[in-house]
Amino acid sequence: MDQIMLLGFGTKGWGGMLLLGMVMTFLVTFTALAIGAVLGALVAWARLSRSRLARFGGEAYTTVFRGVPELLVIYVVYFGGSTVVTSVGQLLGAEGFIGFPSFIAGALAVGVISGSYQAEVYRGAFQAVARGEIEAARSVGMPTLMRFRRIIAPQVMRFALPGLGNVWQLSLKDSALVSVTGLAELMRTSQVAAGSTRQYFLFYIAGGVLYLVMTSLSNQVFDRAEARVARSFRGGLGRG
Amino acid sequence: MADTARKSARGVAPLALSVKGIHKSFGQHQVLKGISLDAHEGDVISILGSSGSGKSTFLRCINLLETPDDGDITVAGEQVKLRRTGDGHLQPSDRKQVDRIRSELAMVFQSFNLWSHRTILENLIEAPVHVQKRPRAECILEAEALLEKVGIADKRNHYPAHLSGGQQQRAAIARALAMKPKAMLFDEPTSALDPELVGEVLKVMRTLAEEGRTMLVVTHEMGFARDVSSRVMFLHQGKVDAEGTPQEMFGDGGSERFRQFISNTIR
Repeated sequence: MDQIMLLGFGTKGWGGMLLLGMVMTFLVTFTALAIGAVLGALVAWARLSRSRLARFGGEAYTTVFRGVPELLVIYVVYFGGSTVVTSVGQLLGAEGFIGFPSFIAGALAVGVISGSYQAEVYRGAFQAVARGEIEAARSVGMPTLMRFRRIIAPQVMRFALPGLGNVWQLSLKDSALVSVTGLAELMRTSQVAAGSTRQYFLFYIAGGVLYLVMTSLSNQVFDRAEARVARSFRGGLGRG
Repeated sequence: MADTARKSARGVAPLALSVKGIHKSFGQHQVLKGISLDAHEGDVISILGSSGSGKSTFLRCINLLETPDDGDITVAGEQVKLRRTGDGHLQPSDRKQVDRIRSELAMVFQSFNLWSHRTILENLIEAPVHVQKRPRAECILEAEALLEKVGIADKRNHYPAHLSGGQQQRAAIARALAMKPKAMLFDEPTSALDPELVGEVLKVMRTLAEEGRTMLVVTHEMGFARDVSSRVMFLHQGKVDAEGTPQEMFGDGGSERFRQFISNTIR
């Protein structure tokens, strides 16, 4: 009975805090995905570029950020960012350690990693766009930018959808590592609740269940989007 | 210009398209070795040749999907501005002009190349609305009439993937017509089709020829070349081997090589 009270929304319950943690996890992941989309698109473009230097830069980015532990990237961004903020603060006369905002640090770190995975997704999706359709766009006199906006980008997004679903799920789980910066997202809240009530099993299992709720809900969203695209687009996502 | 005036005086329509001395190489391989062609308004010119003769490349040079290494292209009196780069190759010097001229030379491809993320109707109005900036409502009305004309009005809200090859190619022809082009370029429009679907596409092309549209058709359809076109051009190894009216070409006028080509084709 007591345990149910602990998960509830009463004065002694952690339910409200856990829900807030979920919202924070969602926000960090969503922001990270958006940052990753911009970085990923740029890196994909670099990797497809004719310039050898751009290709090298793009490849270096994906190799590095897919190859090093997520936690390390988070530490680099958070403590590195804090060092910069602190020294800027000292120049302006402030004293002592100034922390880099943990939300921004977390979203940025997860976003940078997400970008390295998204880059591969976009690159593959671009290569799936039929060359002939791009040529048809050229043949009717579409300028480069219009071609990208009207023909290439919409198709890349359709082809990228299944891959983006994967990246979203990865980023959602990566966001748990942001808890090391003290950001009160779902992982950190579960940890604090478990520690202060000594109900480790209860709260870590509750946290796990809430993560599963989030991933399965978002899976459904992606599945529905894919089904919608499949109805019209080339009779499914296969080539045809 | 004097040439055009003289022909006009003889009752020949003005030039829709004039191409002179097109050369094109891919690496060491010289694909086109100086090809010229004049198309007057209403001309239907069939371009024949065995594979590798350069006929598709020639067509692609005309609307600059490939940039020729040398030569002149004039569309409805307007010459395409090309400039020579440091390494001696030509390059279009005015992208806007290239885009405008492309929109006046609608191309129909072997593999249809309809935009797979758009419905048939959306495919038809895409370029008129976004490239030519014409009013959407007007474009939709015209597109519906064109779909009626090529016999697939009932497919307007379908996606290309749900159409047969013949229907897709007819939709692609309608998409080309929607641009109100000065000339149409057909790049082997029936080569990717199952034999039983070839007829429906050729029928549409026949209708267009009868309407007096200017058409350049790269094809393997001897019947179309003989019965529909006003002129036949036979390419061999990047050069014009023989050229003339269908009567001349399929009579005694064609070259020895052309006669051999036809006898190999009709088996």
